[in-house]
Amino acid sequence: MNTRQLNTVWAILLVATLATWTIGEVGEHLGIAGPPAMLTLLAISFVKGRLVVLDFMGLRGVKFFWRGLVIGWLLLVSALIAIAYWIALK
Amino acid sequence: MDAASVPAPASPGPATAPPGDLAIWFFILAELLAFGVFFAAYAFARAHNVALFDTMQQTLDRQAGALNTVLLISGSACVARAVEAVGRARSATGARWLLAGIACGAGFLVVKGVEYAAKFEAGINLSTNTFYMFYLSLTFFHFMHVILGMVILVALWVKTRQGAYGPADMNGIESGAAYWHMVDLVWIVLFPLVYVMR
Repeated sequence: MNTRQLNTVWAILLVATLATWTIGEVGEHLGIAGPPAMLTLLAISFVKGRLVVLDFMGLRGVKFFWRGLVIGWLLLVSALIAIAYWIALK
Repeated sequence: MDAASVPAPASPGPATAPPGDLAIWFFILAELLAFGVFFAAYAFARAHNVALFDTMQQTLDRQAGALNTVLLISGSACVARAVEAVGRARSATGARWLLAGIACGAGFLVVKGVEYAAKFEAGINLSTNTFYMFYLSLTFFHFMHVILGMVILVALWVKTRQGAYGPADMNGIESGAAYWHMVDLVWIVLFPLVYVMR
């Protein structure tokens, strides 16, 4: 990663954080609440986490096994959170 | 073993191992596993106490949580820039970026400390209710990881200033950086889960 690419990732992460914060502050007024808000928040955190894993941790060019383990963790945790949220709705 | 004695791979492909020492990756995976269990426990505990968790979440300082996300993301970016600089044999630049990363980590600890102080002042503790038991233990577990990450960054900063790392010797700085990014990665899940999702 060169400095320009790292700065781009940094900027995306900041914008994504702003999006998460906005959903927390005014999500209900924007019509983003309940399950759609939950799914949006998980999607944002997945995008952020994936960028950190690939570009900051430097796993982008590495054998799939390692990327799979860490991104797989992110997917598994997101899935468990979504399942627990769904159970809570019932 | 020097580079010349390593047999060339049969076909050009991605590097087989991640940056840094292989051992740090086993450590990172173990840490992720522990945090993963903690996150799932929080989410399933909420499923049985939705009203309590949603009400108590409103008593958290979401601005502080968001600010801390910005600080950890920026800290991670600074350390990535440090690794990049050292990889180009720019140790002095790398050391400056590490210092910036340490400052971000310190900022995180201050903000979190202020948050904790406000909660303790309000009489909140681990036995207040299930939500706060999770909030305090989960965030404090992470807090301790930020402290360890900063100790590692300070060690890297000292050695980088001495010119201990360079394009031919990235192992130490890449290993320490990977740990710091893990601390950031965990917070990226923790913030929406605990502060925002309801």
